[in-house]
Amino acid sequence: MSAIPAERARAGQGATLSVRDLTTSFDTSGSPVTAVDRVSFDVEPGQVLGLVGESGSGKSVTLRSLLRLARAPAETTGSVLWDGRDILALPEAKLRAIRGNEIAMIFQEPMTALNPVLTVQRQIDESLRAHTRLSARDRRVRAIELLDLVGIPAAAGRLDDYPHQFSGGMRQRVMIAIALAGEPRLLLADEPTTALDVTIQDQILKLILDLRERLGMSVILVTHDLGVVAQTCDRVAVMYAGRIVETGEVGEIFREPHHPYTRGLLGSVPRGGTERRPLLSIEGTPPSLAAMPSGCAFHPRCSFRTDICFAVSPPLEPFAPGRQVACHHHQRVAEAGLP
Amino acid sequence: MTAAEDILSRPAVRRRRFGLSNLRGRISWTFVAGFLILLASLVLAIAPGLIAPYKPAAFDYKAILKPPSLAHPFGSDNFGRDILSRTIWAYRIDLQIAFFGTLFPVVFGTFVGAMVGYYGGWLETIFGRVVDAVITFPFLVLVIAIVAVLGPGLFNLYIAVSIVGWIFYARLIAAEIKVQKRLDYAAAGRVMGYSTARIILRHLLPNAITAALIYWMTDMALCILLGSSLGYLGLGAQPPTAEWGVLIADGKNYMSTAWWISIFPGVAIVITGLGFSLLGDGLSDMLRPKR
Amino acid sequence: MLNLGFVVRRLLQMIPTFVFILVVTFVIVRLLPGDPLSAQAGDRVTDAQVAHAQAELGLDQPMLVQFFLFVKHVLSGDLGRSYVVQIPVWRLIGQRLPPTLILTAMSTILGILIAVPLAFVAALRRDRVSDAAIRGTFQVGLSMPVFYIGLVLLTVFSAQLRWFPVGGYGDSMADHVYHLFLPSLTLAVSLAAVLMRNLRTAIIDVLNAEYVDFARAKGLMPRVIMIRHVLRNALISSVALLGPTIGTLLGGAVITESVFAIPGVGRLMIDSIYGRDYPVIQGLTLSLAVVVSLIFLATDLIQAALDPRVAQ
Repeated sequence: MSAIPAERARAGQGATLSVRDLTTSFDTSGSPVTAVDRVSFDVEPGQVLGLVGESGSGKSVTLRSLLRLARAPAETTGSVLWDGRDILALPEAKLRAIRGNEIAMIFQEPMTALNPVLTVQRQIDESLRAHTRLSARDRRVRAIELLDLVGIPAAAGRLDDYPHQFSGGMRQRVMIAIALAGEPRLLLADEPTTALDVTIQDQILKLILDLRERLGMSVILVTHDLGVVAQTCDRVAVMYAGRIVETGEVGEIFREPHHPYTRGLLGSVPRGGTERRPLLSIEGTPPSLAAMPSGCAFHPRCSFRTDICFAVSPPLEPFAPGRQVACHHHQRVAEAGLP
Repeated sequence: MTAAEDILSRPAVRRRRFGLSNLRGRISWTFVAGFLILLASLVLAIAPGLIAPYKPAAFDYKAILKPPSLAHPFGSDNFGRDILSRTIWAYRIDLQIAFFGTLFPVVFGTFVGAMVGYYGGWLETIFGRVVDAVITFPFLVLVIAIVAVLGPGLFNLYIAVSIVGWIFYARLIAAEIKVQKRLDYAAAGRVMGYSTARIILRHLLPNAITAALIYWMTDMALCILLGSSLGYLGLGAQPPTAEWGVLIADGKNYMSTAWWISIFPGVAIVITGLGFSLLGDGLSDMLRPKR
Repeated sequence: MLNLGFVVRRLLQMIPTFVFILVVTFVIVRLLPGDPLSAQAGDRVTDAQVAHAQAELGLDQPMLVQFFLFVKHVLSGDLGRSYVVQIPVWRLIGQRLPPTLILTAMSTILGILIAVPLAFVAALRRDRVSDAAIRGTFQVGLSMPVFYIGLVLLTVFSAQLRWFPVGGYGDSMADHVYHLFLPSLTLAVSLAAVLMRNLRTAIIDVLNAEYVDFARAKGLMPRVIMIRHVLRNALISSVALLGPTIGTLLGGAVITESVFAIPGVGRLMIDSIYGRDYPVIQGLTLSLAVVVSLIFLATDLIQAALDPRVAQ
C-alpha cells in the first residue's frame, strides 16, 4: 500500500524492552508520594502488552516514565533497558534520538495532545525533520503516505488542515500518523480510545493491531478497559496503587485470575456482551497515594484478606511459567474461580 | 535556553516554593500584608492631625526648599510647607477618591450584572454591545472629557468615573451569575418555588460576588492613580488641597533641585496601590477554590 | 490565512460600535448638566463666537434632530472649528495625531520587548526568587502613576544625565524616535506589566499542555519546543489582551504628552480643556475612540490569523 521502509525490514529485528524496579515519586511540599513503585516487566518484539488498572493506579505515569516524560517534580529511578541501553541513564541527545524515533507515544485526548495552532503537516514534518534526512519535498510526500497509512481519506488534501477540523476518530489517526513518522519499533499508547465512542474505538484498535503486523512494532497499551485488553493484547500487567499485582498471558488471566483485584475487575466485565463499563464493581476506592494502607495495599477492599495482609506487603512472584502475582492467598483466589 | 532545557528535559527537577507559601493556610500572607498597609493608611486618613508634625498648609518662610532633615523628614517645599505633613494629610483625600470613585460602580454594576446574568437573552445582547463600545473609549480620555464638561473638582471626578466604571463590575458579575445559574442548587431553588429575588440575592449573588470584590481592590488602586493623574493635570482636587497628584505637580518644576517635593507623595501612591493589590491577591487566594 | 467570512463579520461588528461612539460623543457635550457653550465658555470666547457655534451645532433644534445633524457633519468630515485657533477641528487633530501614534507604537513595541523575555524567565523559574523579583518589580511599576514615572525618568535621564532631550518632538523621524524614547518607556511600563503577568500565566498553562508532552515525546530539541510550541501558543493567547491594553496606553499618552511637552493629541486635549475649546474636545474623544476601535480590529485580525480556531 505504501512505501514505508519499515515494512520491508523491521519485522523480526525488534528490540526487547526490559523494565526493572521502575519507581517514580513526586516530591510535593516535603512529603514524597510514590506513584509508581518498583515496577518490572518485559515487552518482546511484536508483542502487545496491556497495562490495566483504575485511574490513579500509576499506569499512565509508568508509561511516561519509560521515556522520562513524567512531569516535574517527578523523580524516576530503576532501569529501562532498550536495545542494550538504559533510557533512564542516557544523556539528553541520545534520549531525543530514541523518543519519537525508536519509541513513540500517543496520548488519550488528541484534541489536547495536538498543537491547535499548527497544521497537521507541520506537526508531522517536525518529527520527520528531527529523525530523518529527507528533503522538504520528500517530507511532504512522506506525510501524505503516513496519513494514508492510518486511513485518513483524501490525505493529500488534509495536510494543511488544523486539528480542530478533524473528527475525534480522525484526530486520533492523525496523532498515530505523527507518532509513526519516526518508524518506531515500540509504540506507547496511553488510553488511545477512551475519548472515542465505541465503533470508532474498535476502528482505532484494529488500526493499531494492523500497524503492529505491518511495521513489526511492539505496543504497550494503557487502558482501564478489560474489553480492550481482551481484543488486542498478548500479555497483560494489572496495576494497583502504583504496583503490578499480576501478570500473564491474556487468555490465562481471563480464565484463571490469581489476584483478588484482577478477579474483581473481571467480574465487572459483562460477559458475552460487547458493552463496556468502567471498572466500578469492586467495593471501595483505590487508596490515596499520600495515605497508603499498611501491608498489602488492596487489603481494605479484599474479601480474601487475613491478618498477614495487614502487616506484610506481598512481593510479585512467579507461580507458573509466564505468570506472576503479588498476593498471599493467590491459590485460594484461583480456586474460588470467577465471580 | 538553559532554563528551558532544565524544565523540559529533566523530569527530576526539584522546585522550591518561594517564601512563605509553604505556611499558607486559610489566611494568605499577601492578605495580611495588604491589610496592614491599608489599616495604617486608614489611620493616617482618619487622624492626620495626630500624626503629622505640621499643619498641611502652614507656610514657613525660614524653611524654604529644605532637604529632608530631622525637623522636616521629607523636606519642605517652595513655601516652606512640610512635605511629610502634606503627604499624610493627602491620605484623607486619596482614600476618599478610592472609595467614592468606586462606590457607585460596585453597587450599580453588581445590580445590572445580576440582572443581565440572570435574565440573559436580549438584555445580554444589548449589554454586550454597550460593553464593546465603552471599552473603545480610552477610560482616561472619556473621564477627562466628562470632567472637561462638568468642570474640574473631586465631585465631578466621582461622577465621571461612575458613569463609566460600573460597566466593568456588571460584566464580571454577569459572567459569574451565568455560570452559577447552571449549577444545581439554583435549579433546586426554582423547583422549591423561591422567588427570583430570593434566588438571585440569597443563592447566586453571594457566590458570584467574590470576583467583583477582588476586582474592587484593584479598582480602588486604579482610582487613586486616576484621581492623582487628574490632580496632577489640574482637573481633580484643586490646590492648595493636599492630594498626592497635586503635591507631585507642585514639585515638578523643582525635580532637579528639590526632588523630595514630588518623590515622597509618589512613594505614598505606590505603597497604597500595593496595599490594595496585595489585599486583592490575598482575597483571591483565600476565596477562590483552587484548581 | 484569514477566513474571509470572519473578516466580514468582524467588520460588520464595527457598525454598532461606531454608532455608539457617535452617541457617546454627542451626549458628553450636550446632555451633561451645565451648558458647555455659554456657562463655562468663560472669558476667552466672545458672545459672537458662541452664537456662531450654537447655530453651527444646531443647539436650538430638538435633540434627535441635533443628533442626526451631528452624524451628518461627522460623516462629511466636518467636526466644527476650534474656538481658540480658528481652524477646522479635523485639520487640527490631523496635525497633532502623528506624534501620538508614533508614541503609542513605540511604547507598544518597547513594552513587548520588555515583557516577553521576562515573562519567559518568570514562568520557567516559577516560584523561585527570580520570578518573585520580576513580578514584584512590575507590581510596583503598575502601582506608579504614569506622570510620576515620566517625571522621574525626565529628571534622571534628561535633566541630570542629559542623555535625552527634556521634551519636544524633533524634526526628522530619527529625531522623533530619539525625543519619544523616554515618553515611550514611561508608557511601556504599565503595558509591559500587564503583558508580562498575562504571558507568564499563559506560558505556565502551555507548559502543562499535553501537546508539549507530545512534542517532547517526538524527540524534538528543547529550543524548538520552546519557540514553536510554548512561546507561539502563549503569545497567541496574549494577543487578545493587547487591544484593550493599547487602548489604555493611548489614554496614558494624554498625561505623558503633558509631562514631556509633546505636541500630540493628548497635549491638545489638555490645552483644549483649559481653553474650553469644546469642538476640539468632542472631536478628540471621537477620533481617539475610532483609533482604539481600529486597534481592536487589528489585534482581532492578527489573532485570527495566528489562531485558526478564532475564525471559526
